[in-house]
Amino acid sequence: MIALLLRDLRLAIRAGGGFGLGLAFFLIVTVLVPFGVGPEGDTLARIAPGILWVGALLACLLSLDRIFALDFEDGSLDLLATAPIPLEAVVTMKAAAHWLTTGLPLVVAAPVFGVLLNLQGEGFFWLTVSLALGTPALSVIGTFGAALTVGLKRGGLLLSLLVLPLYVPTLIFGAETVRRGTEGMETGAPLMLLAGITAASVALLPFASAAAIRVNLR
Amino acid sequence: MNAADLTVTDLAVSRGGIPVLEGVSFTLSPGRALVLRGPNGVGKTTLLRTLAGLQPPMAGDISMPADAIAYSGHADGLKATLSVTENLGFWAAIYGTGGFDPVLEAMNLEALCDRLAGSLSAGQKRRLGLARLLVSGRPIWMLDEPTVSLDAASVALFAGAVRTHLAGGGAALMATHIDLGIAEAEVLDLAPFKARPSTVGGGGRGREFDEAFA
Repeated sequence: MIALLLRDLRLAIRAGGGFGLGLAFFLIVTVLVPFGVGPEGDTLARIAPGILWVGALLACLLSLDRIFALDFEDGSLDLLATAPIPLEAVVTMKAAAHWLTTGLPLVVAAPVFGVLLNLQGEGFFWLTVSLALGTPALSVIGTFGAALTVGLKRGGLLLSLLVLPLYVPTLIFGAETVRRGTEGMETGAPLMLLAGITAASVALLPFASAAAIRVNLR
Repeated sequence: MNAADLTVTDLAVSRGGIPVLEGVSFTLSPGRALVLRGPNGVGKTTLLRTLAGLQPPMAGDISMPADAIAYSGHADGLKATLSVTENLGFWAAIYGTGGFDPVLEAMNLEALCDRLAGSLSAGQKRRLGLARLLVSGRPIWMLDEPTVSLDAASVALFAGAVRTHLAGGGAALMATHIDLGIAEAEVLDLAPFKARPSTVGGGGRGREFDEAFA
């Protein structure tokens, strides 16, 4: 299992692996927003939590279709399905590799990008905490979407349409945590709900993803 | 019949919901090889994928020891940006088998071990794909057109590897059009097992379709 994780990480940092793509996209989104809405500090500070979370979400989406598509094309997925490790473990490792190459860099870089949107005081702390708790759910839900669309040619658009609605609860509670944190209010409730979504997705969705792949390999 | 055999009884397989083969029965014992023959589209790949567990059979029974199959399809499952050693090391780790140096030697890949898989020729890639079978340590090999793009020397190398595998108590099921010169191999022609369109679900599907527009 660890071998699969290491292979995916190695593939991600090799040529054409797409490591850093999500991060660069996130940077561009946060740079574009002030151009779009104007440079007033108050306006930016008010929309910063939402924009940062939407940006993180879209950056996650960008690399989802690679999770299984490449392995499907070169036949690795067939071979992994007949290998001794269960398919549930394969999809879990795939989601973990996606989080390490996309989610984790976002968590680390988000406070820096927050400066560009005039995020206030406590917001930096809560942005990091909420992204750290929320991005694993984005990776796991996205892996499920990728598993559903694995056999389709150019299934990327369909994948986005399937996955984005499923991201809504994570987005609501994530952005709410940051907004409350910025305004010095209690953040316990949205943070707990965010953690709950992540825990439930990580526990349940690998089984659904593995089932979807079994159907798609037929 | 013993527990180590692969036994197939009255198996029917389908591709995309359409039955392609039915009534297939055979037994493959350790130390034996079975070569599947038949024209293009007869269902050799579908049969192998069903036996490998990638799709469910329509009817019939498959009995075999658990975790016995190493499947090799048309694609080799190689990562172009990983080296030969990294590709093979990954599968060795997945199957939990240790050193793969003897395998590199057996498939004549030693000189290539630091090259990226993407820079190999088609025949070299195929050899690397077949080397994966050797590191799997599984007793029953299922090979779909294993000799595509191999030159004569590599085919001989591969036939040697299969013979060693059989001598070690393994078994092999191959879909291939060429004669590998393996004396132990029996041939199973799949053409007589071709599913008739009117049986199993084919006709029923047509009727449902008609009813929907009646």
